[in-house]
Amino acid sequence: MDYETLKLIWWALIGVLLIGFALTDGFDMGVGMLLRVIGKTDMDRRIMINTVGPHWEGNQVWFVTAGGAIFAAWPMVYAAAFSGLYAALMITLCALFFRPVGFDYRSKIDDPRWRNLWDWGLTIGGVVPPLIFGVAFGNLMLGLPFELDDLLRPSYHGSFWMLLHPFALICGLLSVAMLAMHGGAWLQLKTRGLLHARAQQATQLSALAVIGLFVLAGIWLLVGIDGMHIVDIKPLGDKLNPLAKTVAYGNDGWQANYSAHPLLWVIPLLGILMAAATWLFARAESALVFLTSSLTVTSVILTAGIALFPFVMPSSRDPNMSLTLWDATSSELTLGLMFAAAVIFVPIILLYTLWCYRKMYGRVTREYIEENSHSSY
Amino acid sequence: MIDETVVDLSRLQFALTALYHFLFVPLTLGLSFILAIMESCYVLTGKAIYKDMTKFWGKLFGINFALGVTTGLTMEFQFGTNWSYYSHYVGDIFGVPLAIEGLMAFFLESTFIGLFFFGWDRLTKVQHLTCTWLVAIGSNLSALWILIANGWMQYPIGAEFNFETMRMELASFSDVLFNPVAQVKFVHTVAAGYVTGAMFVLSVSSYYLLRKRDIPFARRSFAIASSFGLASILSVIVLGDESGYTVGDIQKVKLAAIEAEWETQEPPASFTLIAFPNQEEKKNDFQIQIPWALGLIATRSLDEKVTGFDQIIPENEQRIRRGIQAYELLQKLRSGDTSQETRNAFADLQYDLGYGLLLKRYTENITDATEEQIKQAAEHSIPRVAPLFWTFRVMVGAGFIMLFVFIAAFIQSARHRSAGNRAVLYACLWSLPLPWIAAECGWIVAEYGRQPWSIAEVLPTYMSASSITRGEVLGSLTAIIAFYTALAVAEVYLMLRFTRLGPSSLGTGKYHFELPANKPQAQA
Repeated sequence: MDYETLKLIWWALIGVLLIGFALTDGFDMGVGMLLRVIGKTDMDRRIMINTVGPHWEGNQVWFVTAGGAIFAAWPMVYAAAFSGLYAALMITLCALFFRPVGFDYRSKIDDPRWRNLWDWGLTIGGVVPPLIFGVAFGNLMLGLPFELDDLLRPSYHGSFWMLLHPFALICGLLSVAMLAMHGGAWLQLKTRGLLHARAQQATQLSALAVIGLFVLAGIWLLVGIDGMHIVDIKPLGDKLNPLAKTVAYGNDGWQANYSAHPLLWVIPLLGILMAAATWLFARAESALVFLTSSLTVTSVILTAGIALFPFVMPSSRDPNMSLTLWDATSSELTLGLMFAAAVIFVPIILLYTLWCYRKMYGRVTREYIEENSHSSY
Repeated sequence: MIDETVVDLSRLQFALTALYHFLFVPLTLGLSFILAIMESCYVLTGKAIYKDMTKFWGKLFGINFALGVTTGLTMEFQFGTNWSYYSHYVGDIFGVPLAIEGLMAFFLESTFIGLFFFGWDRLTKVQHLTCTWLVAIGSNLSALWILIANGWMQYPIGAEFNFETMRMELASFSDVLFNPVAQVKFVHTVAAGYVTGAMFVLSVSSYYLLRKRDIPFARRSFAIASSFGLASILSVIVLGDESGYTVGDIQKVKLAAIEAEWETQEPPASFTLIAFPNQEEKKNDFQIQIPWALGLIATRSLDEKVTGFDQIIPENEQRIRRGIQAYELLQKLRSGDTSQETRNAFADLQYDLGYGLLLKRYTENITDATEEQIKQAAEHSIPRVAPLFWTFRVMVGAGFIMLFVFIAAFIQSARHRSAGNRAVLYACLWSLPLPWIAAECGWIVAEYGRQPWSIAEVLPTYMSASSITRGEVLGSLTAIIAFYTALAVAEVYLMLRFTRLGPSSLGTGKYHFELPANKPQAQA
C-alpha cells in the first residue's frame, strides 16, 4: 500500500473514531443533557443513569482513542489544535471530569443535595463537550488564526471569545440538539411509561431543532463563508510538511467537493431525511428511532468532513500553512503500523462491545432499581 | 522566544496531574487482579462469601476507578495543550503506543468493567469471571503501552530525525516495543501496583479484625492480600528498576544523581547511604558510604565504573559543541542544500542535535552561542541532585518496610490465628500510605531525573512547550487544582464511609451492621 493511500485511509479512520464517539458517548451525553429536563424524580433519574451505567465507560474510550489516534496519525493537528484552542479544551476536560464521578458517586449516598449536585455535574458533562466540539467544527469552516514558524512550532493568534462566532455557535447548538435527540432515542429503547413518553417528546423536539439548525448552518455556509482549496502541492505520496504548498480562498461555502462529485449531496440530504424519520419514529414509538438517529449523527459529521476534505485545520492567518491530511500526517511506517493495529483491534472491539450491549439488553425499570438499590448507580 | 514562566507552569501542571493520576492507577492495577483472584475462588469453591468479597472490594475499586478515568483524560490531551512542540516533534513515535493503548487495552478494560458491575444477574458465573479477568488484563496491558511510551522518553531508540518534516520519525517499532528501559519499568510499575492493591486490602481487613467485625470475611481477604502482596513486593525489590540504569545515557545521569556521585570512583564504587548534596560546589557536604555496594548493585561486577558528574558534564559539553554543528547542517539542509555530502555530515552528527537545542534556552540563535552560554548549558544538562537523592531513598525505605509488613502478615495468616496478633494488625493498618508514597517518589525519580530533557538527549523540556500565554496556563492550573481537590474530597469521603460500613454495604443482610445486635448503629 502506498503512502498516499495510507494518508487517505487515516482520514477515514479518524472519521470512524469520531463518528464512533458521537454515536456511543453521544447518547450518554444526551442522557446527561436530558437528566434534569425529563427526569422529574430521583427514581426517574436513577433509571436514566442506569440505562447508560454499563456502557458509558466503554463509550468514552472512543473519545480517548480518537485523541490518541490523532496524536499518532496527525501529530501536527494534535499539537496545533489543542494548544490553539487551549481554553476550550480545558473547559471540555473540566466538564468531562463530572461524568465518571457523577455516574459512580451519585447514588452511593441517599441525600437529595448530594444527588442534585452530581445531577448538575452530569448535565454539564452532557451539554458542554458537544457544544464545544460543535463550535470547534464551526471554526474549522471559518479557519483558525494559527501559523507555524520555521521550526514548525505552531502558535495561535486568537482568543477563546473569538471562537464564539455566530456561525460556530449554530454548529455548537446543532451538535447539542443532535446528541439530545440521540440520547432521547436511546431512552426510548431502555425505559417504560411516563419517562418513555417524555423521551419521545424530547426526541421529536430535538429532531426538529436538528433539521432547522442543519439547514440554517448549510445556508449560512453557502452564502456567507468562503472555503479554501489547494492551488499547488508536491506529489501527495511524498514526505510533506505543511509549509510547502499554496492555498487560496475561492471555494464558496466549502462546496467544491460536492460540485465535483454531485452524488455526495446525498449525504447532507440524508442528514435531513433521517432527522425527519427520527421525528416520525419517535412519534410512532418505533425502535427504529435509534437507527435513524444514529444515521442522522453520522450524516451530519460526514457532511462537515467531506466539505473540508482534504483540509483538517484551515489557517485563516496564513492559508498556505493550513493543515491537510496530506502534509500534517505521520510517517509511512507509523501510518502503516497503526493501520494494521486498527484492522486487528477495531473488529474485536466492535464484537465485544456488541456482546456487552446484547447481554444488557432490555429496559431498566423501577423494580430493577429497587431490587438492586445497593449495586446499581 | 519561549516564555520560561509558561514552561515552568506547564511543568508544574504536568507534574501535579501525573502524580495525582497515579494515586488511582496503582490501586486499579493491583485490586483488579485481587478481584479476579477472589472471584476465581468463588467460582471454584462456590462459597458465597467469596462473591461478597468480590462485590465489596469491587465497590471500593469502582470509587477509585472513577477518579483514575477522570484524571486519565487530562493526561491524554495535555501533551497537545501544553507540550505542542513535543507533540509535533515526537508524535510520530510517541503517539503510537498511546493509540494502541486505547485500541488494545483501554477499550477492553472499560467495556468489561460495565459488565463487572452490572452483569452479575445477566451472565453465567464463568462469563462474569471472564469479564473480571479481562478488566485486570486490560488495565495491565494499558500500563504496558503507557510505559512503552514513557520508556521511550527515557531511552529513545528506534527513531531517526527527518529534516524534511522537521521531527523524529519511527525507524523500528520492535526497538520501541522491546526497549529494555520500558520492559523493566513495566515490570517494576505493575508489581508496585499489585503491592498497592494488596496493601489496601490488607490494611482495611486489619481494621475489621482489630474491630472484631466480619471476621471470616476479613480473614479471607487478609490471607489473599498477604500472599499476593508478599509475592509482589519481592518482585518489586528483586526485579527493581536498577537494571534499567545500565542502558541509555540519561539513565546513567539519573543513577549518578540518585547516588550523588559527583566524582567517578574507582570500581567497585561505594554506596552513599546518606548525604547532603551541594549542587553549586558539586560535592556532598556530608556523607556516609558503604564500600563496594553501589558497584555491585549497579553494574553487578567488581571492575565496571559508575560514571560520576565529573565525567558526565564535560562529555555533555562536547556533545553541545557537536550539536551546534548539527544544527548548522540542519539549517543548510532546510534552506535547500540537500547534497549527499551535507546529508552524510548531518547523519554523523544527528544524535547530538538535541544537545545543540539545549542552547535555545540561553540564546535565540544556537549557532552564535558564546563560550559562557555553552558552559552554562552543560552545567544545567544534569538534574538537581538533592531531590532525587532523597526521593529515591524514601521510595526504597518504604519498599523495605512493606516487605517486613507483608512477611509478618503472611506468617500470621499461614498460622491461621483467628484474631491475630494486634501488633501485626496495627502495622498493616498504619502501612496503608506506604505504597502511594513509594510510587509517587518513584515517578519523581524517573521524570524529574530526566530533566532538562523531555525526550532524553533528543528534545529539551524548554523547547517542548506550547506557544501559549501565562494566563492560559494559570487559568487551567487553577481550575484543575480546584476540581481535583473537590473530587479528592468526595472520593476520600466515600472511601471512608464504605470501608467503615464494610460488607454490610452490600445489603445481603449477613454482615455486622445488619445483624439484630448491631442494628442501632446501622447507617444508610
